Amino acid sequence: MVAARRHVEVPPPRALTLDIEQVSHRFSLHGAPLPVLDQIDLHVEPGEFVALLGPSGCGKSTLLRLVAGLDRPTQGRLLVDGREIGKPDPSRILVFQAPTLYPWRTVRQNVAVGLEARGLLPAENRRVDAALELVGLQAFAKALPHQLSGGMSQRAALARALVNDPSLLLLDEPLGQLDSLTRITMQGELVRLWQRAGFTALMVTHDVEEALLMANRVIVFSPRPARITASLTVDRPYPRHRDDPALQALRQEIFDLLGFAEA
Amino acid sequence: MSSLADASLVHRPRVRADDRTGWGAGLAGLLWLGTASLTVLWPNADDWAYTDGLAAAEGVLGGILLLGTWVPRFSARLRHLAPWLGLLAIVFAAWEVATAKLELLPRPFFAPPQAFVEVYLDDWPPLGGSVLHSLWLLTTGYLIGALGGFITGVAIGWSRVVGYWVHPVLRLVGPLPATAWLPLAFFVFPSSWSASTFLIALATGFPVTVLTWSGIAGVNSAYYDIARTLGANERFLVLKVAIPAALPHVFVGLFMGLGASFSVLVVAEMLGVKSGLGWYLQWAQGWAAYANMYAALLLMALMCSGLITLLFRIRDRALAWQKGLLRW
Repeated sequence: MVAARRHVEVPPPRALTLDIEQVSHRFSLHGAPLPVLDQIDLHVEPGEFVALLGPSGCGKSTLLRLVAGLDRPTQGRLLVDGREIGKPDPSRILVFQAPTLYPWRTVRQNVAVGLEARGLLPAENRRVDAALELVGLQAFAKALPHQLSGGMSQRAALARALVNDPSLLLLDEPLGQLDSLTRITMQGELVRLWQRAGFTALMVTHDVEEALLMANRVIVFSPRPARITASLTVDRPYPRHRDDPALQALRQEIFDLLGFAEA
Repeated sequence: MSSLADASLVHRPRVRADDRTGWGAGLAGLLWLGTASLTVLWPNADDWAYTDGLAAAEGVLGGILLLGTWVPRFSARLRHLAPWLGLLAIVFAAWEVATAKLELLPRPFFAPPQAFVEVYLDDWPPLGGSVLHSLWLLTTGYLIGALGGFITGVAIGWSRVVGYWVHPVLRLVGPLPATAWLPLAFFVFPSSWSASTFLIALATGFPVTVLTWSGIAGVNSAYYDIARTLGANERFLVLKVAIPAALPHVFVGLFMGLGASFSVLVVAEMLGVKSGLGWYLQWAQGWAAYANMYAALLLMALMCSGLITLLFRIRDRALAWQKGLLRW
């Protein structure tokens, strides 16, 4: 990773402004409406790293799918740079909790999917190599997904997103399935990637510490139907440390908000 | 047919009859030499042509096995085959004794090994022609059926409209054995060849359609979500996501279709087409030429097994990315 930083030059993409206005969303479960999001209002500045924190199953992931354009909200509007989100677009890329690589494609072919789908290959082959280098997988370019470890798969999934130079990266518990050591490494790597590439990042997590180590701002959600209960600014320089007293204080505040008074 | 489908799914541990000393091949060689001398030294109960020729071939095989034990590269392969080769020598000897030597088995129905030699050497033009005819008919019908079934399956799995209109027809007509169409097909089509091609295509098409459809329907929806966020259009989703993901299912359908196409081929050739191995079988049976019948059956078994092997090879290439493939 450190070596990669010197060689690869990622052109700074235009980061996006995201506006979520009065968004509510319902699913229908066995015919009965199931409200998951309740009047969400959120403004994200270009280049900001925002963590969405809340109890599991509260609807954070649904909010990401709405921003990605995979689903339409039942009520309200979502705007990027003032334009309403209609359908998925490669400028806003979602990285799922499970890496979900295509098992029939090699790592390189998986990373290249976005460029291939938009007809940018083979002209933009260099971007694929750059993305592989960025996540340190150039040696595994020809490997098949089932030959990779969990951490490597998730890195490949990250490269598959980053190769498109997204202006808005949506991360849905991207590190949720990794072992704790890989997870710590990847947290640092993700922050460095974000600092270097300058995209806007929106990350769902249910790990308070992870949110505080990585994000500029932490949005705390209530249980389903999700409502924003707090927005906390984390004004600490990177790289951050777990035992930073300012972070400890914020951690306590968030635990109180989530209802774990004794933590 | 169903056993073929199972074979492609069920993992079977590989049984390896191994002996490190290498005497197994030598023993098999000795057994074949024994069978050869038994064939040539023990007089036949009746006249059978090619007895000496058969004995010579058995002797040569035995000699090669015996000598091969000392050739390192050869003996490594032989070691694995030796138990089977040894057993075959014993089977040939017992068969020879029960038929040509003692005539323990009723005469016209059971032919001795040398009768096979006679058929293959004297009757090879019609037999070879029959194999080519069968292969041509089978290949044409199978390819049409497989391609049609695949396209239909993808269309049903992908498009709600196509599904609405095709599904009921498929449910009604698909399970009907293709051979049930035989009388109608021979009446409607201009030639028995085109009728048989149609029936083979029909028999192949149904399993391929259903399994392709189920493969497409079962694709992990996250695969689509990811492709869509990365800018994929409908065409890309079908060709580069849905079809590759469904391919393991498609191959199960192709195997089932191949099995079904074999039985339709034989029935069609027995009942209408005036060529091919099915026709030859029927013809030989009509003339009480049982040796010819067995010889044709053996050829048919080799042909079908060869085609299954070919399909396995294609699948191994196409699905090389899968873990734990069954090796045929």
